[in-house]
Amino acid sequence: MTIALNTHDVAEEITKRIPDAVEEVSNNYILVKGQSLYSVSQFLKDSPSLYFDYLNCIVGTDYIDYIEVVYILESYKHNSTITLKARAYGRDNPTLPSVVALWAGADFQEREIFDLLGVTFTGHPKMKRIFLWEDFEGYPLRRDFL
Amino acid sequence: MVQSLDTREEIIQVATQPYVLNIGPHHPSTHGVFHLRTVLDGEVIVDAEILIGYLHRGIEKLAETRTYTQVIPLTDRFDYLASMTNNLAYCLAVEKLAGIEVPERAQYLRVILAELMRASSHVMSLGFLMNDLGSLFTPLFLAAREREKMLDLFEMLSGQRLLYNFMRIGGVSQDATDLFLFKARQFVDQMPMYLNEIDQLLTENEVFRVRAEGTGALSAEDAINFSCSGPVLRACGVDRDIRRDDPYLIYDRFDFDVITCQNGDNYDRYRVRLGEIWQSLRILDQALRDIPSGEVQAKHPHFLRPPVGEAFSRIEAPKGELGFYLVSDNSIAPYRFHVRSSTLINLTPLSKMLIGWKLADAILTLGSIDIVLGEIDR
Amino acid sequence: MDIALFSLEELDALMEEADKHSSTEVVELMAKSQQPIPDDLDWLDEEPRNQILGWGQSNSPWGVNFGLACCAFEMMSSAFSRFDQSRFGMEIMRPSPRQADFMIIAGTVSWKMAPRVRRVYDAMAEPKWVIAMGACAISGGTFASSYAVVPGVNRILPVDVYVPGCPPRPEALIQGFLQMRNKIRLAKQK
Repeated sequence: MTIALNTHDVAEEITKRIPDAVEEVSNNYILVKGQSLYSVSQFLKDSPSLYFDYLNCIVGTDYIDYIEVVYILESYKHNSTITLKARAYGRDNPTLPSVVALWAGADFQEREIFDLLGVTFTGHPKMKRIFLWEDFEGYPLRRDFL
Repeated sequence: MVQSLDTREEIIQVATQPYVLNIGPHHPSTHGVFHLRTVLDGEVIVDAEILIGYLHRGIEKLAETRTYTQVIPLTDRFDYLASMTNNLAYCLAVEKLAGIEVPERAQYLRVILAELMRASSHVMSLGFLMNDLGSLFTPLFLAAREREKMLDLFEMLSGQRLLYNFMRIGGVSQDATDLFLFKARQFVDQMPMYLNEIDQLLTENEVFRVRAEGTGALSAEDAINFSCSGPVLRACGVDRDIRRDDPYLIYDRFDFDVITCQNGDNYDRYRVRLGEIWQSLRILDQALRDIPSGEVQAKHPHFLRPPVGEAFSRIEAPKGELGFYLVSDNSIAPYRFHVRSSTLINLTPLSKMLIGWKLADAILTLGSIDIVLGEIDR
Repeated sequence: MDIALFSLEELDALMEEADKHSSTEVVELMAKSQQPIPDDLDWLDEEPRNQILGWGQSNSPWGVNFGLACCAFEMMSSAFSRFDQSRFGMEIMRPSPRQADFMIIAGTVSWKMAPRVRRVYDAMAEPKWVIAMGACAISGGTFASSYAVVPGVNRILPVDVYVPGCPPRPEALIQGFLQMRNKIRLAKQK
């Protein structure tokens, strides 16, 4: 059975290493600040007790005040999973750091979030639209797209 | 007088220029509208770029305007070769969100249909792989003959050959008759004959082995880093199968093996898929023996309003790990509907697998990853 | 001999230009296709026509397979041995449009794919016919209200036969072929 780790314990471990990164902890997810997303991900990937080496999925949702990006991580060695969230504020040019350097599987998924929601991931080698043509105006999955 | 090459005095320098070759989007071998832009130096691939989006239909946006049950026919159109598995994964996510329990007979029926879909999808994938190799149409016609038998079974249940819309939230939509179970048992008993035929013709075939062994190899660390799943991951040696490691439905009651191979090249992916069909027949045998009687759909309100929250659930689809992420805000339509598509993520290491190989190997590698454009582009 | 050799960086720049061009093509095609092309309802030839030409053209039409989505599998099933379409003359599906008589559009056409569909149609030699297979090609189908789907392929091409279904059974597609063969035999010479 893939166990969903207790988020409060993991959040404590993160705060011990990288203070001031975790914004909010609930029973299902850990919300981290946008700027510290890369360092938290690196810690979660490299720490031997957690060892999240498999990035399962990156999803973006538009909650009008902010765009929330969810990272679902899995560890094959320990057969466990955890959910990490980060928020990008602002409608004009929301940005978040990219995790492609850690998990190469984030490549197409981050491009998809850029294409359909408009969030730019800094550090991605090729931030271009993937599903829609380049001259398309607007970001379809936003709630204010007609 | 003919001079031998060793005594010739001048050596001619040949300059080569890399050129760009567009494979697709309208192409007979790309399994759909897929555009692969390769930069070739002679016959060797120097760089490959993947361009998709030619079948983007905006299903994720459309799903926000339909009720939870009306989204089920939309999910059919993702992986249209195994469309009941898409329905199943979506229904599992909604049941997780809304806390609905599925009756026993419906669980068994779901397992039977999921394994039949796996067999039919793998059989077609092997047929098209042989098509890509150049053995035009004979293995494909044999595979299609077997698939037609399975499509007859599905038509007996749901009335449709390709896009079934059969699973519902809380179970399946109609009960299976005894005739269906009898015919399914007949199919399970006669399928090994076809698999032995394929085994004899192809697995030790010298031409196939020379072309498929070694080409398009992917190491295990790369496969995990690129988030691959399904047969692509298991062919690299990583022992991971969601039916065993994170069981959904009632897979923990069945006895089956997980097939892995060593090298992660095209030949290993073929062997993993062939082995998985055998294991599917094993599970079908057990499920058809043990299926109880009872109801087939749990009761829930007509316009389902799950509580506020989110759910992510995944299954082992024939092509990899298919997951659905749903966010609900207590209304009759989902707030966010996202597909964790197995084939899009399995395509990420394609450039790495192609560089350094020849153009003919590129078509074979693309075929062995087994893509379906409906799931990639949504 | 002096040949201009491109380096890999120059090739990259050329490919970006090609991407930009293909994107402008889509926008221009969208602007031109606001109304569907009206069907030709006046095709039946009343006068005595050249029956030999009609018989010859209709008996073995070869098509370009333009399988886009799910309907492509029913089109392929009609070519496999159970619903053998070669008994009706459709022996081979040619991948190249120059060698084909007609085109089957099977599946959803998205706006990004639309200029390519139009280009393959323009590359076919006259006389040519088009079969629109499946609900998505006829009217956009279940995706008609989406932002990225062409609502019916008759916005960009003139269509001769419509085969409804989602997906249509192989027998329905074969019925569509027979209707098209009748049309070729009886229609005014183009």
